[in-house]
Amino acid sequence: MLGNIKSVLLNLAKKPVTRMYPDVKRNYFENTRGHLINDMEKCVLCGICQRVCPSNCIKVNRDEARWEYNPFECVLCGVCVERCVKKSLKLDSAYRQPASSKYRVELLMESREEGKAAGKVKSLA
Amino acid sequence: MSKTGIIPFGPQHPVLPEPIHLKLVVEDERVMEVYPAIGFVHRGLEMLAAKKDINQMIYVVERICGICSMMHGMTYCQALEELMGLDIPPRAKFLRVIWAELHRIHSHLLWLGLFADSFGFENLFMQSWKIRERIMDMLERTAGNRVIISVNIIGGVRRDMDDSTLRWILQEISGVEKDLSGLKDMVLNNYTVKKRTVGKGVLSKDEALRLGAVGPVARGSGIARDLRATGYAAYGELDFEPVVEKEGDCFSRSVVRIREIYQSIDLIRQAVSKMPSGEISVKVKGNPPVGEVISVVEQSRGEVFYYIKTSGTQYLERLRVRTPTFANIPALLKMLPGCELADVPVLILTIDPCISCTER
Ligand code: SF4
Ligand code: SF4
Repeated sequence: MLGNIKSVLLNLAKKPVTRMYPDVKRNYFENTRGHLINDMEKCVLCGICQRVCPSNCIKVNRDEARWEYNPFECVLCGVCVERCVKKSLKLDSAYRQPASSKYRVELLMESREEGKAAGKVKSLA
Repeated sequence: MSKTGIIPFGPQHPVLPEPIHLKLVVEDERVMEVYPAIGFVHRGLEMLAAKKDINQMIYVVERICGICSMMHGMTYCQALEELMGLDIPPRAKFLRVIWAELHRIHSHLLWLGLFADSFGFENLFMQSWKIRERIMDMLERTAGNRVIISVNIIGGVRRDMDDSTLRWILQEISGVEKDLSGLKDMVLNNYTVKKRTVGKGVLSKDEALRLGAVGPVARGSGIARDLRATGYAAYGELDFEPVVEKEGDCFSRSVVRIREIYQSIDLIRQAVSKMPSGEISVKVKGNPPVGEVISVVEQSRGEVFYYIKTSGTQYLERLRVRTPTFANIPALLKMLPGCELADVPVLILTIDPCISCTER
């Protein structure tokens, strides 16, 4: 019983351990696997990421020069990042933002020769 | 005259978020017989082995259980390493021990919280989950994710820890130990907790052996069986004794788990101090040869068993998993008859049930 009373008194004197989210945000660790990003300037659409992904959430469409990805199926394992030959994939440490509807991320490579990347296209799944 | 009736426990129950269904035959307030039913969260993960190649399967088996995900990955990888004759680098083995023990600590703290919740001790629930948060931070900083940390690959581990991270782990683990010292008293020397647990759900040593109980349930009944003593990963090079309590009641199972948290802290310290340098993984070439293999690992809830049959391709022919909760359900059914209805949640929580694990 004394242990309980001691714990109560100690906890009364302490600051709360919870944060006042969203005013106070938790910092991410450097290595956190938060969300996946692809730098289309570097991607060569080789399709390795599609093959190794355990949740089959990446589609590489070489005919239409498009790299597609379903963020809601991704399990953030980071295998694709490790295997990408061009190092174009990266896992950012910020967690994926909540969304009110599902979408796919579609990235276009406008012209292979120039290697230009078009902006992010989001469409409803 | 006493009244007999049947009361269903679960599959939706306030104290247990997981779907186990028990039909309790009660006479007044006393449980006379129990009929279990499982199968509400069967996901068919074993069948996925035919669709995912052996490397992708690592991430599937990790999802069998969220709380001991790392140890599922470890068991699976150890099985395939044995089959393919791979000798993994010593550093990888020590890193696996550190992550496995961190998982054990967070699993036991999670259990302690849920257990306290089952007899209405909300304060203890909050305190133990508060401590657990430090472990989650350690996992996130070292492995990248909080729960499903995906560190194992066939042939080693994916991430290394540098010296400053190892020092930080030692520092944090001392903090956890300090926090725990207050919590330990709240559980072990508390009148209310003792009133609800001492002498309840007694499982004798013979019964535990006969029913094949594993993990803290068996050790709480006096069976000194801990698979870590077989020396897989780096456990052979670390010094520890299985934690055993003799009484076989709810209280001694709780004591086993709390003492195991301290044991894990000690194992992490040993592993950090003996950490060898060198590579963290070996290159794996080709598919596994045709064959069968069995791999067992001591998880936080007890012994997990993997049977793997390969066909010489990149897919497995058969994967069979027996999780510790499945092995402990017969023991639970033995404990329940004779107890009061109000003690049923406490007794169920004392085997630390993980139903999604059981049904895969
Ligand atoms: S592996 Fe890398 S380079 Fe290849 S398609 Fe995927 S993102 Fe592009
Ligand atoms: S992080 Fe894993 S699940 Fe997500 S896209 Fe890459 S390989 Fe697939």
